[in-house]
Amino acid sequence: MNSAARPKAKVAFFDFTSCEGCQIELTNLGATVFTGLLDHIEFVEFREVMKEQSKEPIDIAFIEGSFTRESDRKRLEEIRARAKIVVAYGACAVTGGINALKNHTSDYSRFVYGKDSEMSHLESQKAQPISAAIPVDYVVPGCPIDKNEFAYIVSHLLHGKAPVIPNHPVCVECKARETICRYHQSDYCLGLVARAGCGAPCPADGIPCEACRGFIDQPNEAALAKVLVSKGGLSERRAQEKSRMFTANLREDSQVQAGENI
Amino acid sequence: MSSCDIHVNVHHLTRVEGHGNILVDIKKGTVERCEWQVPEAPRFFEAMVRGRHYTEVSRIVSRICGICSVGHTLASVKATENALGMQVSSQTNKMRALLKHAENFDSHIVHVFFLATPDLLGAPSVFPLVATHGEVITKALKLKRFGHEWGSLIAGRTTHPTRVVAGGFSELPSLEDCKNLKARILDEMSPDLNAMLDVALTLAPKFPKFSRPTEYMSLHSDQEYGLYDGVVQTVMPNGEKERYPIADYRRCTNEYVNARSTAKYTKNKMESYMAGALARFNNNYEQLHPEAKKAADKLGLKPLCTNPYLNSAVQLVEIVHSVHESIRILDDIIREGIREEAPVKPMRHGEGNGAVEVPRGILFHHYKYDSDYLCLGGDCIIPTNQNHANIQLDFEKLVPELIQQDKNEKEMELALEMLVRAYDPCISCSTHYLNVEFKRS
Repeated sequence: MNSAARPKAKVAFFDFTSCEGCQIELTNLGATVFTGLLDHIEFVEFREVMKEQSKEPIDIAFIEGSFTRESDRKRLEEIRARAKIVVAYGACAVTGGINALKNHTSDYSRFVYGKDSEMSHLESQKAQPISAAIPVDYVVPGCPIDKNEFAYIVSHLLHGKAPVIPNHPVCVECKARETICRYHQSDYCLGLVARAGCGAPCPADGIPCEACRGFIDQPNEAALAKVLVSKGGLSERRAQEKSRMFTANLREDSQVQAGENI
Repeated sequence: MSSCDIHVNVHHLTRVEGHGNILVDIKKGTVERCEWQVPEAPRFFEAMVRGRHYTEVSRIVSRICGICSVGHTLASVKATENALGMQVSSQTNKMRALLKHAENFDSHIVHVFFLATPDLLGAPSVFPLVATHGEVITKALKLKRFGHEWGSLIAGRTTHPTRVVAGGFSELPSLEDCKNLKARILDEMSPDLNAMLDVALTLAPKFPKFSRPTEYMSLHSDQEYGLYDGVVQTVMPNGEKERYPIADYRRCTNEYVNARSTAKYTKNKMESYMAGALARFNNNYEQLHPEAKKAADKLGLKPLCTNPYLNSAVQLVEIVHSVHESIRILDDIIREGIREEAPVKPMRHGEGNGAVEVPRGILFHHYKYDSDYLCLGGDCIIPTNQNHANIQLDFEKLVPELIQQDKNEKEMELALEMLVRAYDPCISCSTHYLNVEFKRS
């Protein structure tokens, strides 16, 4: 629709420490949405699907994955210098995500690589969000991202509007879709402090919310641990450790500064 | 023979999942350096599962890889069930087998049509093909979306499944869903797929000619083409086969560290072995669906095939196999109906193994649990990891052959890139190895 009137936005995708599953979600958008997006944007760089690479300025840079190696900082700074807008997409990029689950330990490299852990190419630091290395303008939370929310955010950015990421808990979305509460089914759930916007697919599929989109603002972590024990039946130890899975960097005891930009 | 100097330096190879480098130095026709490097950032998953409850482990390790997250989830729940003495129902196994077919279909469509085909058409990526081959790309996107919907019907979603849990499923599709899926496979998807197979047949002669006999490793089952279940089998260049129980996976993978790579290398009887579609085909041709055998015939494929470039062609054969096998499984499910079943609970604690074939080859998971069902540590041996040494040895045979054929720098670079892409590597997967030394508590 009238795409000829405006030049297409130049968009590039970059990946750091991640599973690259958020990229895969984009291919799941299907023919209509995907080719529709191509009417409005031009992919100038996307290593997983394109050989083409450039050094030209970018309108929107999408960055997936956590910042886990000091040697990646330069690449991130180059992307920032080229891009008008930087969007961190996926939990790894937004908060450190699952990569941060090991951040409270110090023996992880030795545990995985044994005596080889000193080899220089195995360099790694605590997993941090992209915003720990460069300023980030917008985020697409979730593990994986919700592909429809991604399309919504891209659409807003193309129209020069700021997308809104909800700040209410996942519980609200379970109520809206009439999902029976996990706590009423002898289970536990993090939905009460987890940031909504995903449509609460996990409780609807019979598993607890693990807060992959991060916490809502000012979560009551002490109350969460209490509820996990008293209503969720978890041991004290599990209750204390529970929220490390996707929100390790957002916890009060985190040694890493997590995404401030949500 | 060329006496030129050639320098190939591909930093972060494109159109593969994860990060890999190709480095070749030729001085006056002599190969001075020829390396496949894996610089992917390490992620330490095996350490991250420590202390986590058995119900969380598969959800954590599915995050090893976005493309094979169904496969990681299945290998993980199988290993956990093995460790905790959980016997799942035949309905669960049937649903999981159907899900495994969905993943292979889905991933193979991406690899064959989005990542490998541009090389055969002389395009740098799929995007220029939208203008020149619009109808083909639209069909490929539709098939990709179909694979995603097929998998989501069973797993909840395909990137990091929700419904697949240790002990069974947290939620099942309805009988109506299964009937609809079968109808859509037959009426909606198959015509598109057949059209795409015709396109693929016209491209098949463009696969480079190359041969390097090696050992091929995959799952094997006498009942079916091994994907979800079976024992380990390898076939040697002379056709000799040997089987190993899954519990002996360390004896046939023999991981070792290589300075070029954040991922470990593996070997069994030869200096390297290959995992993936070609390895499955060479081990299990007999168990392929007759329609898949017909497709293999049209593509000129028969075992023992020793050209790694044809791994992508074999993926097409497997796509056909998965479609037909899935119709058979769906008929079974529709005939027997779907029973509501709660996931089974742990009966004991200890260690256990699980293996499945993911699109890129055989995948092993191993865990140990304490009496509170908290994980003491894990071990994941990933197919791409198992292929690194084989890719390196392919390079060492291929590069001198390319020099003999007077290939220039650009041609050599493309030939090497295409070779790596043919393996469909999933490198972010491959950097999660572990020297298993479980801490005794």
